[in-house]
Amino acid sequence: MKTKSLIYYALISSIFLFSLVSIWKILATLQGIELKNFNFAIIITLGIAISLLNTLIGDKLNYIIKSTFFALIFTFIDGYIVQLMPVWYNIGIFGILIFFSLKINKYNQKYLATEHSSQIVVFDFLTLFGIVLFSFVILFPFYMMLITSFKTQAALLINPLDFSINFNQDFKVLFKSYFVIFDTYKFGRYILISTFVSVGTVIVTLLFAIPAAYAVARLNFFGKNFLSTSILIIYMFPAIVLVIPLYTVFSQLGLRNSVGGLLIVYTATTLPVAIYMLQGYFRSIPKELEEAAIMDKLNWFGIIIKIILPLSIPAISSVALYVFMIAWNEFLFSLMFLDNPNSFTLSRAIQYLSGDAETPRQYLMAGSVVVTIPVLLIFVYFEKYLVSGLTAGSVKG
Amino acid sequence: MSDTLSKIEKRTAYILILPAVFLVFSIILFPIFANVWISFKEVGLKDIRIPEPRAKKIVKSIKDNPDQLKVIYKLRNSSLILEIRDVKFQDKLPKNIKPINLDERCRVKSNKIYCEFGNWEAKYKENFQILLKSSDGKELNKKELKTIKPKLTGKSDNILLNTNFTLKNFKKVFFQNEFFELLSTTFYYTFFGTIGSIVFGILTAQLVNQKFFGRTFMRSVLLFPYVGPVVALAYTWELLLDPYSGTLNNLLMNFQVIQEPLNLLGQKYLTVNFFGFDLKLRLALTTVIIFEIWRYFPLAFLFILARLQAVPKELYEAAEVDGAGPLQKFINITLPQITAVISILFMIRFIWNFNKFEDIFLLTGGASGTRTLPINVYEQGFTISDIGMGSAVSIVIVALLLIFMFIYFKLIGKRADEN
Repeated sequence: MKTKSLIYYALISSIFLFSLVSIWKILATLQGIELKNFNFAIIITLGIAISLLNTLIGDKLNYIIKSTFFALIFTFIDGYIVQLMPVWYNIGIFGILIFFSLKINKYNQKYLATEHSSQIVVFDFLTLFGIVLFSFVILFPFYMMLITSFKTQAALLINPLDFSINFNQDFKVLFKSYFVIFDTYKFGRYILISTFVSVGTVIVTLLFAIPAAYAVARLNFFGKNFLSTSILIIYMFPAIVLVIPLYTVFSQLGLRNSVGGLLIVYTATTLPVAIYMLQGYFRSIPKELEEAAIMDKLNWFGIIIKIILPLSIPAISSVALYVFMIAWNEFLFSLMFLDNPNSFTLSRAIQYLSGDAETPRQYLMAGSVVVTIPVLLIFVYFEKYLVSGLTAGSVKG
Repeated sequence: MSDTLSKIEKRTAYILILPAVFLVFSIILFPIFANVWISFKEVGLKDIRIPEPRAKKIVKSIKDNPDQLKVIYKLRNSSLILEIRDVKFQDKLPKNIKPINLDERCRVKSNKIYCEFGNWEAKYKENFQILLKSSDGKELNKKELKTIKPKLTGKSDNILLNTNFTLKNFKKVFFQNEFFELLSTTFYYTFFGTIGSIVFGILTAQLVNQKFFGRTFMRSVLLFPYVGPVVALAYTWELLLDPYSGTLNNLLMNFQVIQEPLNLLGQKYLTVNFFGFDLKLRLALTTVIIFEIWRYFPLAFLFILARLQAVPKELYEAAEVDGAGPLQKFINITLPQITAVISILFMIRFIWNFNKFEDIFLLTGGASGTRTLPINVYEQGFTISDIGMGSAVSIVIVALLLIFMFIYFKLIGKRADEN
């Protein structure tokens, strides 16, 4: 039992260490350091050695001293004997090793002797491994998007691995791509249009959805069950099958290339989910309040305005944010409906930019940053509202 | 008393839901039915423009004659295919102006010129001229004349409204469109995308369900790909995967993982030697599926996490007392608790992936073996400009979707009966 746990522990912890060091090496490479090898064998051996030593020493040494000791040894071997590296790289390695040693500190002989310890060790390290790996895989494209927007075409072609930014250059040179997309490509206008369409969609959707959701949640009428099930089924129907008929009809009515046409379509596509989310919330409001209001001779309109609305601010804001994000990110309809650059939304404008093979990619990435930042900010800031909304209604996507 | 109340209630309910129902009906349900109509017609992109009579007004002064003006209307039929019948023309004149030598098709009535031009064949063009004279000797105002726009009306056939139907489109969809290739690509994409996003959703939810430093931050980060705009993310990936100047290929080559750059989005097959067997891997399709998983596993993550947090702690404590390890706990407690949510997720993601258009369109445009049914709708309708074909493919998609939903509700209904 004990040997098995020990072997599992030594192997999985050293693999975890290897992945940490490798990610650091990738990041260092992107800052212009010449690294050609992950040194799999060396790192794994060192990792196993450290893990075993850690268990051997156990509590005989203070954990801070122990960690510093391990970190120093590893940094010395990796940064001095195996390859000569600049100081900042070694500081990073040192930090990683401190983190690693603190993590493995609790796995002493006693711990590894307990029941299921081999499984627990594997699960613990898989968790750590997952956190590091998923963060890296998810954040890397965003990181690349940001960095690329600050580079020049020439620098990107000479060395695609150079992610370093020279912050000493002039402000105007550093933000050149942003100046260009706002001056030459009129991105200011597109931001306004996107904002207008998204905010407009939110307002119109709420105006339509709140009364309908109230009726579905509270009132009895013929066809109510049919309506509430069909909301979900309609929600499942994809935009792509609507595109051709809408395109033809909108062309004939002259609604294509108009922001108003886009607004109608966005509203209709977000309505089902908005009604679904809102009616769920309205049902949770105690009925007694409305009964009291009926006694006071309030009509339905008054009930919605005076009782339901004030009580469901959280739900309404979560629906609003959510509809805003759908409308802001929407691409298919803006591709189909807009072909006049004067009425482009941001997404459509970026796609239009990329259609020209001559467009330098840093402009494309600057545009992408501009369209991404508002949604990410809104999302991070209002995460609590949005997450509950997402799980209740499940976003279209 | 209560009878009238319930009547009022009903009426209010209908008033409250009517706007929403009307909008959803006209923008979502009507197009689905319209697809059926269009799919049985031979309609091209150019046919859907309604022919319009148009006139461009040009005002010219006449030399040596300051109290007269010449107005030229460049008349034309906007359509290259269809004729316009009974074209009627109407233009207003400022008060002090009278036409002279008016064309015999026209007449003047209280400061307005009315003309009847009869039928215009396709591509019809005419330069129509009117001479104007001041009636009170005052100078003629060219600007005022220019700002008044003539009105033209006419009748024409709308190709969408006639009743000529054909089965040609469906014949083409099934027999000339590499239909089974399309279908299999769509199913590969949908199936592996769905399974992948659910598997990663389970892994990450399990991860975030534990306590560690930076857990809320981690939860936000995991949702980034899902909330980010697809255009920005797709172009970033395209740049990342570029065979020559892309970061990924250069990194892999730098660390000697691969010898030659891989064209991850532009190469249909990659031959991999696997224990002496040559395996052909659909490279571009795999890349697109990976993007799809990367972008949509957060949905699965959110759903499963919400479910996991609702699992009573006592279950795990009891299992611990019984001596169960982490693996047993996961298999015997966690998995049974999340099967319901997984089956819902499978359904939702399967249907949405089946209809996914933007992601593939932006990454590969449907090239190198990534052409799915939704991409084909776009290609037929707007690249080849055959609206009828595009609609026919849409109909196939809707039919398949209805079949999925039917199967799903059958299965779910069965399970609900069993419980």
